[in-house]
Amino acid sequence: MTTISRRSILKGAGAGIAASSLPFSALFPAHAAPGGVLVAVHGETINSLDLHRTGTNRPSYQIAVNCYDRLVAFGIKTLEDGSLSYDYATIKPDIAESWEVSEDGTVYTFKLRDDVTFQDGKPVTAHDVKWSFDRAVTVGGFPTVQMKAGGLDRPDQFEALDDHTFVITLDRASKLTLPDLAVPVPFILNSEVAKANATADDPWALEYVHNHTIGSGAFSVVRWDPGQQLVYERNDNWHGDLPGVTRLILREVPSQATRRALIERGDVQLSFNIPNKDAKELEDKGLAVYSTPIENSIHVVGLNTDFEPFTDPNVRKAIAYAIPYDEIFQTAAYGRGIPMWGGPQEVTSTEWPQPSPYVHDLDKAREFLAQSGYADGFEVPFSIDLNQADWMEPTALLIIENLAKIGITSTLEKIPGANWRTASLVEKRLALHLEGFGGWLNYPDYYFFWAYQDGHLFNSSNYKNDEIEALVEETLFLPTSDPAWAPKIMRMFEIAFEDIPRIPLWQPALNVASNGADGYAFWFHRQLDARTLSPASS
Amino acid sequence: MERLRPILVRVAQAIPVVIGVVVISFVLTRALPGDPAVYFAGAAADEASIAEVRAELGLDQPLPVQFLYYVQDLATGDLGRSLSTGQPVAADLARRLPASLELTLVALLVSCLVAVPLGVLAATRPGSWVDHLCRVLVTTGVSMPTFFTGILLIYVFYYLLGWAPSPLGRLDFMYLEPDKVTGFFLFDAALARDGETFMAALKQLALPALTLALFTMAPIARMTRAAMLSALSSDFIRTARAAGLTRTKVLYGYALRNALLPVVTTLGMVFSFTLGANVLVEKVFAWPGIGSYAVEALVASDYAAVQGFVLAMALLFVALNLVIDIVYAAIDPRIGFESR
Repeated sequence: MTTISRRSILKGAGAGIAASSLPFSALFPAHAAPGGVLVAVHGETINSLDLHRTGTNRPSYQIAVNCYDRLVAFGIKTLEDGSLSYDYATIKPDIAESWEVSEDGTVYTFKLRDDVTFQDGKPVTAHDVKWSFDRAVTVGGFPTVQMKAGGLDRPDQFEALDDHTFVITLDRASKLTLPDLAVPVPFILNSEVAKANATADDPWALEYVHNHTIGSGAFSVVRWDPGQQLVYERNDNWHGDLPGVTRLILREVPSQATRRALIERGDVQLSFNIPNKDAKELEDKGLAVYSTPIENSIHVVGLNTDFEPFTDPNVRKAIAYAIPYDEIFQTAAYGRGIPMWGGPQEVTSTEWPQPSPYVHDLDKAREFLAQSGYADGFEVPFSIDLNQADWMEPTALLIIENLAKIGITSTLEKIPGANWRTASLVEKRLALHLEGFGGWLNYPDYYFFWAYQDGHLFNSSNYKNDEIEALVEETLFLPTSDPAWAPKIMRMFEIAFEDIPRIPLWQPALNVASNGADGYAFWFHRQLDARTLSPASS
Repeated sequence: MERLRPILVRVAQAIPVVIGVVVISFVLTRALPGDPAVYFAGAAADEASIAEVRAELGLDQPLPVQFLYYVQDLATGDLGRSLSTGQPVAADLARRLPASLELTLVALLVSCLVAVPLGVLAATRPGSWVDHLCRVLVTTGVSMPTFFTGILLIYVFYYLLGWAPSPLGRLDFMYLEPDKVTGFFLFDAALARDGETFMAALKQLALPALTLALFTMAPIARMTRAAMLSALSSDFIRTARAAGLTRTKVLYGYALRNALLPVVTTLGMVFSFTLGANVLVEKVFAWPGIGSYAVEALVASDYAAVQGFVLAMALLFVALNLVIDIVYAAIDPRIGFESR
């Protein structure tokens, strides 16, 4: 193995060298190599190659996108600033060539392309799709929950009529189904390879897929050193437009300062998910920085209605008027993202997220507090997540400072990472806290389903309103073209702003810096999509 | 056999320590705040899926049962699986421990090469400029936090001057990882007679090792100086001088040899705290060592990884203490293992 000369390996980049069999695939920084190799850095750990596995974290979702295909895919659009973003409005064929929906909207019949093969050469058939979907709804955890969102609950809903016809039967028609098929979860695996590596204890080959990519996607993972790096190699037989990058080396660099030095020096071409502060400063230095507002996502102040003063709507309004929105936006977000305050008094559009009518007005805050049963103020802890301290801490401090001015005493309580989710979302026991939720399926009713419905995971405020419950039920599956949809949605917004259990602050942005890479596209799953990337042409 | 027996006895004495560590690490990890099932159930997990994850991780069992499973797995060499990296803990440790050890050992070597001569010089010329230089250097080294030194070195040598390679772990992309023998890249590359890889690994190692070395120099230099001073003022040195032995012979043959004992003790201590303290250096240089691994695991309440780490460190220190005891005996034959 050691006799392989470095030169031959460098030349072999993307030229069919079985890199996975090497002790270390030698790879070359793109600025020196013509071969289309890019190096990207991020600060997170990819902990599995299989999104369906228990415990797979968000950074790992990108494997499902880069190495696997789905029945359908979202399109790509160019945003106003010239950067690329996925396009929620366009759903285009991926493995499926075409599809038909029955009159009542409950039967989807997909015709598969016949020219698509897995990376080992086996043709992709409807049986692979069936097996992969069965897997997603059976293994439990996040994939199963996400499938449910599209009305995909049980294996008996899926059927492979023949090699190229796949049928989904729904219990009820839903506008969420088709987009849910384009998210990372329902990815299509090579069922034969998987079955060959399954055991009685592990019928879904979770162990094997955890370490191997067995898809038909644009890339395969040729090397994965957990906690260090991951190397993608282009699949030259991919059915889509071939990516401009032949290899992408994704290195994990925990230190922000180091990541920043690397991108500034140009030793790496892409730095993913950088802090707002770096984004601003790197942009000032002339680097290409993409800051894309994350669709359907808002940073909010949560007011837990289980906590006595917050059951009083006047207290909630008082707090909403006591928040120094603009100062927070400048200090915690460095002005990156979209402000979510100071909107019109009346809700006139179904656009979401949209700004609340609240502004920083301490007099109004005092007025509302005086009307409540807590004119003399009260004491409340303000909880934040240590893992998200970069935006939560300055935000919390500024709010605490202003609450003091209207007589509410608040102390900062920092909760360490592993405990945060339990405390904020599962036990929902934090009185006053910060929260950020973004729904993958970009509909306001989907956001409300998760964040405003009683008992649902991201409703950390324990909010319950009967009208909201009914409205979400009624709108969630309704097509947006239905005349009943828009009025109900606007009514939902009105109640949310009137009751204000979650005080919107701003819509956060995902920041990516590039120094020598073109074609970055934003995705709602907030991970790197290597398919559109290419080394800078200049 | 004469000499081996006491060593075996010493090893046997370590067994209760290891058992204690197993129990304590198990209990302590369970006392960590946070629920790993919730953490790892993922972004949109509901109660049912959290329960599934809990069952899958065996966390729905009562503690004593969990402990039994843990011990049973340990007996077969299975340290469990880390949730944060998705890999078996034993494999993670096997890959990361050499990285940390290599970094720490090279740092200590550099540190000793500078600190011991500096300490000797300072002791032979107390109050001179060398003594002052020694004091300034060690004070600066120890008073700067390691992550700060690290970032400063990156800024100067990588960002400004461009002398150092990109701070991206143990090897640049261009190089093949040497065949694994010890897991120490320098050593393995040398064994494979691959000079280029050796130099590449050395270059990557230079800045992080220097960062740590600056930090560890202080105790070693100070201890060398103090031990040398006390040795130089003792009776046997005066006798040696009176007997007309050369200055070199007195200094290195007698004084330094006697001063080495406390230095070795210090070295053992420095080694143990450096191995723990290089977390920040590992983070700054993206060094894939066990320090950053353990911290990530702690934050995520990743039980298996934390337990594995604690156990590995405990075994390491048991071994280290043994080695120090043996080195003692080698330096000063009067010190044996037998209790007197």
